[in-house]
Amino acid sequence: MPIIQIDNLVKSYRVYQKKEGLREALRGLWHREYKAVDAVRNISLRVEPGEFVAFLGPNGAGKTTTLKLLSGVIHPTSGNASVMGFVPWERSLEYRRRFALVMGQKNQLWWDLPAQESFRLHQQIYRIDAESFKKTLDELTSLLTVESLLGRPVRELSLGERMKMELIAALLHRPEVLFLDEPTIGLDVVAQHKIQQFLKYYQEERNITILLTSHYMKDIAALCKRVVVIAQGQIQYDGSLSGIVDSFSGDKIITLQLSEGTSPNGLERFGNLEKLALPRVSFRCPRSEVSKTLAEILSNYPIDDMSVEDPPLEETISKLYTHVSDQIGSGASQESAKP
Amino acid sequence: MNDSMNSKVSPWEAIHTRWMILRIALAERLAYRGDFVLGTLLRFLPIITQIFLWWAIFQSINPVDPFAARLSGFSFPDMVAYYLLTMVARAFSSMPGLSSSIAIKIRDGEIKKFLIQPIELISFLFWSRVAHKVAYFTVAALPFALVFFLCRSFFTNGVPDLWTLTAFVLSLLLSFSMGFYLEACIGLVGFWMLEVSSLLFVYMLFQFFLSGHMFPLEILPEPFFTIVNYLPIKYLAYFPAAVFLGKVQGTQLVIDLILLISWTLFFMVMSRVLYRFGLKRYSGFGG
Repeated sequence: MPIIQIDNLVKSYRVYQKKEGLREALRGLWHREYKAVDAVRNISLRVEPGEFVAFLGPNGAGKTTTLKLLSGVIHPTSGNASVMGFVPWERSLEYRRRFALVMGQKNQLWWDLPAQESFRLHQQIYRIDAESFKKTLDELTSLLTVESLLGRPVRELSLGERMKMELIAALLHRPEVLFLDEPTIGLDVVAQHKIQQFLKYYQEERNITILLTSHYMKDIAALCKRVVVIAQGQIQYDGSLSGIVDSFSGDKIITLQLSEGTSPNGLERFGNLEKLALPRVSFRCPRSEVSKTLAEILSNYPIDDMSVEDPPLEETISKLYTHVSDQIGSGASQESAKP
Repeated sequence: MNDSMNSKVSPWEAIHTRWMILRIALAERLAYRGDFVLGTLLRFLPIITQIFLWWAIFQSINPVDPFAARLSGFSFPDMVAYYLLTMVARAFSSMPGLSSSIAIKIRDGEIKKFLIQPIELISFLFWSRVAHKVAYFTVAALPFALVFFLCRSFFTNGVPDLWTLTAFVLSLLLSFSMGFYLEACIGLVGFWMLEVSSLLFVYMLFQFFLSGHMFPLEILPEPFFTIVNYLPIKYLAYFPAAVFLGKVQGTQLVIDLILLISWTLFFMVMSRVLYRFGLKRYSGFGG
């Protein structure tokens, strides 16, 4: 039984069309044109308990809107969703006590007070009994190594330390479902790594369900077995991270270490040259022709070493994004061409 | 007071939550000690200019004996006593920054916190505001006592009887509640207008003149006095002072207290309604 169930979810916003110039601004005072912007178009998804799912997609793809819908902040235009059997936008108190949302760019703690104070307030509003509050807090602070910072005003903490405190605040009531919206944004590599490690450990330990959005491939590669790519408000891909490369990149990158004195002339006929720094040569070759190409090279060129790799993930994903927007773009123009 | 926070929760827990909000808001208030103390004490400075202003006015009415002059039934000492009492009333009823902070929460999306966590915005703000007032009076009690001691000769009728004093304290507490819910309503308009500062400005302007903060409302010519007497704004400054000075007595006092309670309930319900419809709009369009 899925813990998160989304069916044909649609969210469109009404946006005021501002036009340039003073005349248009004056016109806009009494006559306003609105345009519907589809942030989420027809998303359906099932997430099983204990899954760690990443939402991947360009800015404005609808990732955050989807998380907002699931945490009940906004109403959908149409469609259904249920999380742990609750309809999120009904915002029942029982639901609120069982999930948490952490936004990397939003601060939930009291700015001028030590994090400890905010935690105490959370203990009250989430009705956490004193014993389990202390136990959870001790565990979380030691996992994130912030024991010594609990008494320091939040405004004096570094971004990374603050994010750790935000995570603690969100996890004190032991939510069964956690939504993370870019939790590592703006953090340095060390802090990012620490938070990744923590999330990985905590998720496995507690077997909670996490939906995460991030732009950092490292976050996603480290944490999530399942990746959902959203672009233009629709799900473009749902599967494993490595599967993205398989399904969206038809190329492999072959790197050769030529023996001394060997000329690379003629290699370009096997594929596009990527990098030439003799004696190393890299080029791209269609996946289906890799074995044929390799055989041919080996028989014609003296080689010291060689490797065959997938192209970088970032590249494949950015290709996926542009592919989608091209498709939508041409689809739209076709539609408008209809009488 | 609000069901969304209390459902299936013992009253004791609900009180405990409010106590925790109060405690934390208090701690936050005291985080900037210097600014806080300075701000509190500076509010006493206008007393001096006000006393001189009224003296000049009474002198112009009767240059020979200003103390014999009367202005709508107020002598000079009455006027100073009235002014000091409205200061106390306004210390309860004024809500600096409340409306704008609500509007900012809506605009910047901080309000999401109150949709996601099991905590309710208006109740939270109410108890934070109680904390502000507690912190304020902790610091201001001494200067207030000093000012009243120094100005004791202006209170020509002496200390009122126990019933009047009780009514006075009750009117102060109610003026706090009504002031809170009234300004919360203005802030909640932010769901429909991103900027409420001009609305707030207009309200402040009316409040300044019609709450009795600047002068006793008796000074207003008819029919304005009668009209203003029906408005809720007078309860923010004029009414508590008038109760203390014995200007409102007997049946009229009871009627006015009932009216004040009704207005408080009206704005309380109004703020809930605005919040509900505002949230509906917010989650429908924005977010």
